Amino acid sequence: MLNIHNLHASIGGNEILKGLSLQIQPGEVHAIMGPNGAGKSTLAQVLTGREDYVATEGTVEFLGQNLLELSVEDRARAGIFLAFQYPIEIPGVSNAYFMRAAVNAMRRERGEPELDAMDFVKRAKAEMKLVGMRDEFLYRSVNEGFSGGEKKRNEVLQMALLEPRLAILDETDSGLDIDAMKTVADGVNRLRSPDRAMIVITHYQRLLDYIVPDYVHVLANGRIVRSGGHELAKELEAKGYGWIEGVQAAPARRGVKPDDGKKIGVRPAGRGAVA
Amino acid sequence: MSADKLQVWADTFGRRAGALPGAHVPWLDSLRRQAFERFMSEGWPTPRQEAWHHTSLAPLAAAQFEEGSAQEGVADQVRALVAAHTGHWLVFVDGAFDASLSRLGSLPEGVTIQATSEAWGGHADTVHALYGQAQDGHSTSALNLALASDGALVSLGRGVVLEQAVHVVCAVSEPRAAHFLRHLIQAQAGSQATVIEHYIGLPDAANFRHAVTRLQLDQDARITHLKLQQESPLAWHLGEIEATQAKHSYFASHSVSLGARLARHDIATHFQDERCETLLNGLYYVDQRRHVDHHTLIGHLKPHCVSHESYRGIMADASHGVFTGRILVAEGADGTDAIQRNDSLLLSRLAKSDARPELEIYADDVKCAHGATVGQIDPDSLFYLRTRGIEEARARDILIYAFAARSVARIPDESLRRHVEGAVRRLLPGGDLLEAA
Repeated sequence: MLNIHNLHASIGGNEILKGLSLQIQPGEVHAIMGPNGAGKSTLAQVLTGREDYVATEGTVEFLGQNLLELSVEDRARAGIFLAFQYPIEIPGVSNAYFMRAAVNAMRRERGEPELDAMDFVKRAKAEMKLVGMRDEFLYRSVNEGFSGGEKKRNEVLQMALLEPRLAILDETDSGLDIDAMKTVADGVNRLRSPDRAMIVITHYQRLLDYIVPDYVHVLANGRIVRSGGHELAKELEAKGYGWIEGVQAAPARRGVKPDDGKKIGVRPAGRGAVA
Repeated sequence: MSADKLQVWADTFGRRAGALPGAHVPWLDSLRRQAFERFMSEGWPTPRQEAWHHTSLAPLAAAQFEEGSAQEGVADQVRALVAAHTGHWLVFVDGAFDASLSRLGSLPEGVTIQATSEAWGGHADTVHALYGQAQDGHSTSALNLALASDGALVSLGRGVVLEQAVHVVCAVSEPRAAHFLRHLIQAQAGSQATVIEHYIGLPDAANFRHAVTRLQLDQDARITHLKLQQESPLAWHLGEIEATQAKHSYFASHSVSLGARLARHDIATHFQDERCETLLNGLYYVDQRRHVDHHTLIGHLKPHCVSHESYRGIMADASHGVFTGRILVAEGADGTDAIQRNDSLLLSRLAKSDARPELEIYADDVKCAHGATVGQIDPDSLFYLRTRGIEEARARDILIYAFAARSVARIPDESLRRHVEGAVRRLLPGGDLLEAA
């Protein structure tokens, strides 16, 4: 389903991924672990097509297509979904409007009729019940004023509605208490299916007690340095990343962390943003 | 300002003055003449004047306007609008009251809604008290005072609560004419109403419209005012809204300015007693080489008054948006709480935004906050939408609309809000794709 071969990727001239290879078959759940700064989130961004990241070498094939040639939205329509580490707040756009626009974009792609507002709300409410979200979240602005847990539930809700072929969960456990994590993990587990694959990116093995992976990979210095089964995660938990050969003591995370704060939908001029 | 450009207006005044409604009322005739003299002596405002620094009226001063040659279609346009909403409707076409298009409905006791042109017999005193003076405002205000042919008179008696909104429609059928309107709103103690002014134009009209609205709010009165400016993109629109507020009154002004090649809105309210509250909310959109300017003044003259002010502008192509927010806190106006915001979204590198807060504070115990942002579409938000399969152009439209929606959301009445949402959607790039979910 997904075949990454010798992938190199940079941002702003800094090479983050340095020859990463990974094969994923339908139905499999792969966990990617690693110290801060190893390139875990970069992998998620490169796979979804974030334009700041440039793939300089290597290939990524997804369901027979050259993924790196596709636009962000075309990758989504081909079945790639990213649950964001820091979901974006979009004041002024209702969650219902946003998700229906997304669901219908996918349905158009598959040649299915679009859902009208009523059908959509019915479906959304059923899924919301499963992830423990109250109906009012449909009519609130996307992620605006949501708690950390509510934002993550909203990501899982979108995943359920969009029915991706490959779901990438980027540090979905970060900032969650144990109850919220269980709910989110239940939501994810319900979506496991023989023709859907998942990449679960996490720093801690804790999440993997709830979303049990078929494979665990350790990413360090831009490449996968060790792969194994679920037991590898347990071993890492016990011994720390320093135990793995080739993993240097993790440097403190550098650079700009995506802003999780309040946004008004625009950013100040002069920061290089292009309208 | 060259004299021959003003001479055109002297001719217009000479031609129209004797025929204006109320010409037989001595104080009015004399007021119009004084006002006209003032305009002739001062001429058009120029960018050398502080209040007009970013807005040049030179092209307007040079433009020629002529009466006559009415276009078809206005009546249908007005009827469609009137049919869409309940309420009390007063319709003016080309600066004159049109009784056949108006639909006043039944009014509770103590409420007067009529055209000022019909008031010169009965309610001339009310009109006189509110009409204004020749020295008020800019020289253009004086031109309006001299030439205003008609306008709405809304008078609410003590304690009257008008359930349904008053709609004042100002339509135009003469595509190259200049029209001057003067609306008066008087809210006696404890009364409440919502008043909406619609300015609509035919697609190719290059008309000039100047509209003044003067409001007087007595103690505990509550007025929500919405001005929806949807002139043709070739038209000129100058507008003034001037309110005075008595003790514990509430005045909300929503200014939605979407049309006109040049639109200038002067919006002012003056707190004349304690515990007044005001909300000034604005949304403007310009594209091509169009220009829009909001110039606001909040006079915190007395203690313990609250003002919230928020204007949002969207500028596309090579357009220009201007906002000036003056807040005057007079000596002794302690306990003042004033918040001002102006947020601009630029959709092109050639679009321009100027924001100028002007806070003048002469009291000690005050809370005054102001902030302005100028930005572009947020790339993180755009990426987020695209990862959900929404194509880039559509995602951009959603974010533009979302920026505007934050302003529209402050309009309290739902059917009104939907009406404005519709108007905004029809105008914004790709807005026709966006329907409410």
